[in-house]
Amino acid sequence: MPEHLSALDLVLTGDPALFAIVRLSIAVSFSAVLLAAVLGVPLGAAIALSSFPGRDAAIVMLNAMMGLPPVVIGLVVYLALSHSGPLGAWGLLFTPQAMVIAQTILVTPIIAALARQTIEDLWLEYRDELTAMEVGPMRRIATLVWDARFSLITALLAGFGRAAAEVGAVIIVGGNIDGFTRTMTTAIALETSKGDLPLAIGLGLVLIAIVVAVNALAWALRRAAERLAG
Amino acid sequence: MIRRLLLALAFLGFVLPAAAQQGSIVVASTTSTQDSGLFGYLLPLFKGHSGIDVKVVAVGTGQALDIGRRGDADVVFVHAKSEEEKFIAEGGGVKRFAVMYNDFVLIGPRSDPAGIGKSRDIVEALRTIKARAQPFISRGDRSGTHIAELKLWKQAGIDIEHDKGPWYKSIGQGMGAALNTASASEAYVLSDRGTWLSFKNKGDLAIAVQGDKRLFNQYGVMLVNPAKHPYVKKAQGQQFIDWLISREGQKAIANYKINGQQLFFPNAGDPSA
Repeated sequence: MPEHLSALDLVLTGDPALFAIVRLSIAVSFSAVLLAAVLGVPLGAAIALSSFPGRDAAIVMLNAMMGLPPVVIGLVVYLALSHSGPLGAWGLLFTPQAMVIAQTILVTPIIAALARQTIEDLWLEYRDELTAMEVGPMRRIATLVWDARFSLITALLAGFGRAAAEVGAVIIVGGNIDGFTRTMTTAIALETSKGDLPLAIGLGLVLIAIVVAVNALAWALRRAAERLAG
Repeated sequence: MIRRLLLALAFLGFVLPAAAQQGSIVVASTTSTQDSGLFGYLLPLFKGHSGIDVKVVAVGTGQALDIGRRGDADVVFVHAKSEEEKFIAEGGGVKRFAVMYNDFVLIGPRSDPAGIGKSRDIVEALRTIKARAQPFISRGDRSGTHIAELKLWKQAGIDIEHDKGPWYKSIGQGMGAALNTASASEAYVLSDRGTWLSFKNKGDLAIAVQGDKRLFNQYGVMLVNPAKHPYVKKAQGQQFIDWLISREGQKAIANYKINGQQLFFPNAGDPSA
């Protein structure tokens, strides 16, 4: 990025490097949330509806995993994707794909745990009805997920917030490569280390604005969808 | 599950840049070469010459060599000769080429609380800092600068592991973070000159000692051993090294300046470097 520019200048002048960074941040975190939703929502729903020995322990574990330290996830994914690691042949280390994998692992427990709670609450409400209708477990899960869809958006947003805000995992597996794997958070870390604290703060405000915008968009979509659904 | 995840990743390929770009190499290097802006100046020139994209992962020298050891970079470009020679001896790299040098500087509060004065003797300055228990920030991260700092304490006859007190703070972070910490806590810190010159949060800090021969800072570049790591892009990696030590590359290094001040001095021809 050009020197002696504030973050506001970069936004106002439409700095292409800044926009590439913003685009990558959103693409990586959005992809991770999408993948995490595909994995986490069914997992949460399955735990909500089933009873098995050790279920309480599983729920405690799942809830605890919401607090997985990003730097540890980053390190584990780094070691797995390294050319000396088990998945080295994929050649994904220091790529945006590696960042998506790390953030997916980070976000899946959050979405699964929140989905489990939401769906379990709904299940208590629907249990008699769904039992009387004698529908199979798959159908039950589908019904509950569909009816909980507006509440589940909050779970996805929590996941997105976590993914967009973290720096520990993406900086290790992505390498903070200029123009390739540099995200908002790794750029902030870099500008801080260069001693350009005003630019770092400015980029931080841009990141916060993006997260607010994504949440506002989700809120508007939810309201519109609720109105359509009656 | 893994297969499905992979399919999904492949599907995501359209929003994200391609993973295995042709004509690109990964260079593990130090924060000083990136934070000083040298790579921002050199890499477009190299790309114009060769068409090869260079992706720089900027970390401390110790970590950069580790990335090379694991085969996760094609080229390693660092500044700690003893560690580089160890890396070559282990078979991690093919051959070490000297590229350029600059120097380390001792940074401290402008008011000179340790009373170093106008001395050019770095070893004497370190002895003074220790004797007066003045705050000192150490990188503590196995970087080239950290290794150089440890060597200087040794030359001062001080066993820093044993003799350090609360005045000596090892922060385990990069050069910029160490300078930020020194700036906030009015402490002394050893820095490479390039990072210092381009650092923007100098606050009340100034150069306390410079010009001592023992503050010499040599950079070397090595191709990661393709015999050990089949993924290494041997031809493109070597092309980058050859360009760095070529007349053209060396001239480009000499031409990089901040506020008219040259940051790095090419010395690829020096057999002792």
